[in-house]
Amino acid sequence: MRDLLADETFGQPLIEASGLRIGRNGGTLLDIAHLALDGPGPTVILGPNGAGKSLLLRCLHGLITPDCGVVRQGGIPLNAAARSRQAMVFQKPVLLRRSVAANLDFVLKRQKLSRRDRKARIATLLDEGGLEGKARQPARSLSGGEAQRLAILRALARAPDILFLDEPTSALDPSATQRIEAMVLIAARRGTRIVMVTHDIGQARRMGHDIVLMQTGQVAEHALARDFFDAPQSQAARRFLAGALVL
Amino acid sequence: MLLILSGDSELWAIVLLSLKVSLLAVVVAAAIGMPLGAALAVGRFPGRRLVVVLLNALMGLPPVVVGLLVYLMLSRSGPLGVLQLLYTPTAMIIAQVVLVTPIIAALTRQTVETLDAEYAEQLRSLGVSRLASVPTLVWDGRVALLTALLAGFGRAIAEVGAVIMVGGNINHVTRVMTTTIALETSKGNLALALALGAILIGIAVSVTGLVSLLAVREGQGEMRHA
Repeated sequence: MRDLLADETFGQPLIEASGLRIGRNGGTLLDIAHLALDGPGPTVILGPNGAGKSLLLRCLHGLITPDCGVVRQGGIPLNAAARSRQAMVFQKPVLLRRSVAANLDFVLKRQKLSRRDRKARIATLLDEGGLEGKARQPARSLSGGEAQRLAILRALARAPDILFLDEPTSALDPSATQRIEAMVLIAARRGTRIVMVTHDIGQARRMGHDIVLMQTGQVAEHALARDFFDAPQSQAARRFLAGALVL
Repeated sequence: MLLILSGDSELWAIVLLSLKVSLLAVVVAAAIGMPLGAALAVGRFPGRRLVVVLLNALMGLPPVVVGLLVYLMLSRSGPLGVLQLLYTPTAMIIAQVVLVTPIIAALTRQTVETLDAEYAEQLRSLGVSRLASVPTLVWDGRVALLTALLAGFGRAIAEVGAVIMVGGNINHVTRVMTTTIALETSKGNLALALALGAILIGIAVSVTGLVSLLAVREGQGEMRHA
């Protein structure tokens, strides 16, 4: 599968997982022999509920330590330094019980920026997320779409190399979804590598450069988006696409 | 009512002593209970669940029994008898600390643990270690923690059984609102008892009102994404 994307890459894959396994109560939740995300992205991890998409994302981000196997970033096993260059946006935004600006400042303070720099950065970020004028509002009074935009801004405030998103729009209406997708694509264009989980095929078509289809904890197919949608190789992909198209 | 309005000095001395004893007790109990509660919330060690259950159970300590135990500790022949603390305000503070610490610790544990369940992954994602996440959890739980403190204060100021046993209800020394109300009622001096009762209610109600006010101001929109 790595060869498939090799024409787009240079040197080490940005992030790769080998031999990942997570089992619970005798069953296998995740079983990934090898997965290398080496294209420019965005990578969309697609699959039905319970396929292990979120679990894989958490392993790649180091939130969960797998029973065995290793995640490498730039060829080196994931460590604190590498993790500090990653960020993640969750399905349900977890906002601190503080103002909108303070949620961003929480991250910026950890980067040891001066007060003035932080203020300027917050203003820029809020502007980019369409949240200007809401800086002093309690973050938890934002609407669902605004809250998720703030969560994305907070993730981007870390200036991550890789941004993981776990179904960021699954609870949002189409217009809120559109704004989020636009934000993510802008971040991608600026050089942040996007790895996004979704079960929404339309979103995968709109966002994905390459698609990872997961089924029962395994990678069923990893292909460039155009190949995946036009000529899916695996039985699982054909069935998933067909089933979803019927819906 | 006349007693309150006339600024009867004896009455106000009693009120002040009550406030002083209970406030100090809450400060000491918070200094012990909040770190304990926070540690229990984020720490993982064998027997943790047992400690949590025990702590919750201690919230219901009967004041009279606490009074008895503190009395035994402090009495002339008790292990701490040499300190000669029995029948002093300090003894009353100790008894109230024993009563209030489990309340503050248990409520702190609950608040921090609930918040931790929500924040843990996000904070970890942002590179915040377990230990470093405690100040964040405490700060974001500030309203609930303040409520815990005030619940402790409410318990302390309204409590009568323990303070009467270790304080002795000595006029001008250890006589507080609750013990005076009990004494004056039994003596038939209902005017003073009622006046103190009114003040006690006033304190309790304004404390609770203050908490609600704070919670409403801080928690705007809290419900929408709770």
